[in-house]
Amino acid sequence: MAALVDAAKKEGTLNVIALPPDWANYGEIIKGFQAKYGLKVDSAQPDASSADEITAAKNLKGQSKAPDVFDLGGAVASANTTMFAPYKVATFNDIPALLKDANGLGVSDYGGFMSIGYDAGKVPAPKTVADLLKPAYKGKVALNGDPTKAGAGFSGVVMAALSQGGSADDISKGVDFFKALKAAGNFLPIDPTGATIESGQTPVVFDWDYLNVAQGKKLTGTMDWKTLIPAGAVVGGYYVQAINKDAPHPAAARLWQEYLYSDEGQNLWLKGGARPVRENAMVKAGTIDKAAYAALPKAVGTPVFLTKEQNDKANTYLTANWAKAIG
Amino acid sequence: MGALLGVLPFFAYTTIFLVIPTLIVVVGAFLDGNSRPTLGNLSALTQPQIMSAFIRSVLLSAVTAVLGAVFGALLAYAVSTGREGGPLRRLVTSLCGVLAQFGGVTLAFAFVATVGFQGFVTLWLQNVGIDLAGSTWLFEPGKGLILVYTYFQIPLMLIVFLPAVEGLRPQWREAAESLGGNTWHYWRHVAGPILAPSFIGAMLLLFTNAFSAYATAAALISQGSPIIPLQIGGTLSSEVILGQENVGKAMALGMVVIVAVVMTLYTVLERRTTRWLGR
Amino acid sequence: MKLRAARRRSQSILRRMIVGLIGLFFALPLLGMVEFTTRAPGGGRTLETWATLFDAATIDANYPELKAGILASAGLVVLTVAIMLIMLVPTMTWVRLRLPGVRRLVEFVCLLPLTIPAIVLVVGLAPVYAWVAYFLGESSLWLAFAYVVLVLPYAYRALDAGLNAIDVNTLAEAARSLGAGWPTVMWRIILPNVRTAVLSASFLSVALVLGEFTIANLFSRDNLQVAINLLNKRDASLATAAALAALILAFIVLFAMSFVGAGRRSHQPEEN
Repeated sequence: MAALVDAAKKEGTLNVIALPPDWANYGEIIKGFQAKYGLKVDSAQPDASSADEITAAKNLKGQSKAPDVFDLGGAVASANTTMFAPYKVATFNDIPALLKDANGLGVSDYGGFMSIGYDAGKVPAPKTVADLLKPAYKGKVALNGDPTKAGAGFSGVVMAALSQGGSADDISKGVDFFKALKAAGNFLPIDPTGATIESGQTPVVFDWDYLNVAQGKKLTGTMDWKTLIPAGAVVGGYYVQAINKDAPHPAAARLWQEYLYSDEGQNLWLKGGARPVRENAMVKAGTIDKAAYAALPKAVGTPVFLTKEQNDKANTYLTANWAKAIG
Repeated sequence: MGALLGVLPFFAYTTIFLVIPTLIVVVGAFLDGNSRPTLGNLSALTQPQIMSAFIRSVLLSAVTAVLGAVFGALLAYAVSTGREGGPLRRLVTSLCGVLAQFGGVTLAFAFVATVGFQGFVTLWLQNVGIDLAGSTWLFEPGKGLILVYTYFQIPLMLIVFLPAVEGLRPQWREAAESLGGNTWHYWRHVAGPILAPSFIGAMLLLFTNAFSAYATAAALISQGSPIIPLQIGGTLSSEVILGQENVGKAMALGMVVIVAVVMTLYTVLERRTTRWLGR
Repeated sequence: MKLRAARRRSQSILRRMIVGLIGLFFALPLLGMVEFTTRAPGGGRTLETWATLFDAATIDANYPELKAGILASAGLVVLTVAIMLIMLVPTMTWVRLRLPGVRRLVEFVCLLPLTIPAIVLVVGLAPVYAWVAYFLGESSLWLAFAYVVLVLPYAYRALDAGLNAIDVNTLAEAARSLGAGWPTVMWRIILPNVRTAVLSASFLSVALVLGEFTIANLFSRDNLQVAINLLNKRDASLATAAALAALILAFIVLFAMSFVGAGRRSHQPEEN
């Protein structure tokens, strides 16, 4: 480990991509890493999707600005393992087997559940997803991303499907829900961002719970932004860490992973409202940040994680029907 | 042959930084995921949502091109009748220079902050009794997007068309009058034919400007990809449906073809109007 | 005499109406941005966001990427305008004078950049920029090469309109017959007569460079809009104020540019 720190310090810089500062507390994680090891972190393209990260690595191959590490959605990670370098962090054994590649090619890092964030001062508190069809929510509901493009949007439709009696195998009820939402005039096709939330243009947002929680924290004093995980419709998703095979700063990349999977890094994610992958091991060892852990939004019901087959089936359905439903 | 040397720098530069990248994209349109030749991407273009995206893009671009051209030309005319070197001309041209390239997330946000559901104009109008918030009109390609696109089309038209309008000599107006013509005659027989080629050329520019605009639409309409640039963005950035990048390149090829067709129409039209002038 | 005065009056009224109405349309969204950046928590107005924006020390400390972005964009503006003018003005004049057959080809090439959305163009530019990075390094300034290409459609149209308005052939022939060399013809005969068009093309280049986001972002380089976008993630109000400030700055730059060469009178006298 000491040798790794020395090698990384010699490299001096770490290139990260697609890590907005308000996403699962990455702002603080980056600052913590910089302070602890004295490395400079160059954060590019905060809006990039997982696919954009891979494209950037291909486009910038051989240049000093190529991304060193990736934080990817599950589908993109599985499809691009040839671009990763395997690495097992010190705490590798704490990670459940289902959430990591046995060789360390791509390892889950944090996850969350799909949620509804809302401005408690402007709209009545929804208790279920179906509540959002009421006239009180006219012109107020936004979904973070198109389900055929973005993981959060996709999971939002799955959550709606589960709440309407559908299942992980059949998300048609979710698409129907959004169709009804649009017909009622409640659905806004705009991209919800920190700016649209702060200015009151998107008072209700379907998004990952840690993102909604972060917005709430950022806007304390200006707005009462609450987060709800609908009971019985708990859709989960983990993100995956990987090291670029052609990373311009390989030692820094590995040191970054060590930091992320250390107790310090995992607790920082927890602080951002995300569930760290070493959750169970840390609870057992007592190293988890108890206050932050207790503050996580309550998830009532069995969490649902889609398998690859269910993902593919849902994608086919969405490609054929989404644009028509909300067009 | 010596004459060709004069254009060599231009063609060398554009070959490296424009033609080669374009060829890379065009060639990619004919390759599949394993870099083997295929026509599958082109046939994927015939899917209904992609065809309707093409149609919507063309309509949106045409409408905003015409709106931008008409209002921009009016503005150019108004500015040109002002005092030469006066403050109005400088102010308007500087403002238009800035607004012509104002787009993307910031412009979308500005419009939502103005005429969106919570926009200050919407709220003010509600106080006066007019209800704009009846529907999500701002986010429909046929309504809101036209308004937002026109916002940068008009300034673009002004910048590009003003040099032509300024070429009109006041003496020509007086000459037409002294020969017994009125305003209508002046425009129909003197100013109109002179300005027509530049007007239509500028409109072509406005069309292609709207046609390939991406960032503004992406910020306003993040659901459903109703226009072609959004479809292309989906193929390149989707983290849910993978492996469609080459279909995106095929769509880009489709866009180039459409613009080539529009350009041909423009060339034919321009040749006709040039004949009036006997140049 | 009477006619001219009457015409001037009606033109003046029309001018004010048109400029006024269209000006109002332009102003509204900008006012929307001002409205958002001056909101105080709990209602009312505050200038706090604007004060932060102009506090250079705070910006330097907390938002270093904004400063880096501003510097990068300033350099890009100068480089792009320079390359564009040097390449385009002589070429277009030359085509008119000696190679009219090539004109359509030049026009198509100059329209091509606009037919492909920037997100796709990056796919094709990536290999080219790999070579640029190899030979010239990885500075954001070399984005200027791509920006010149992006600016071609607009600059071409502006210069074309300007060159249409003067009789290039006659002017050039007259100058040549009086013994002028080609550089003299370009610099002292053609250029002053297309001053408005050259300014227009430069205006558009400045505005494009300052407003460009996609290509810089996808190549992970720094520029003003990339910095503002990153800022948007942390402080939406400050980012909107920065964007508005950038617009105002661009406006001032363009306004200043419009005085360039104003001394030279290139039009025929109004009165005989």
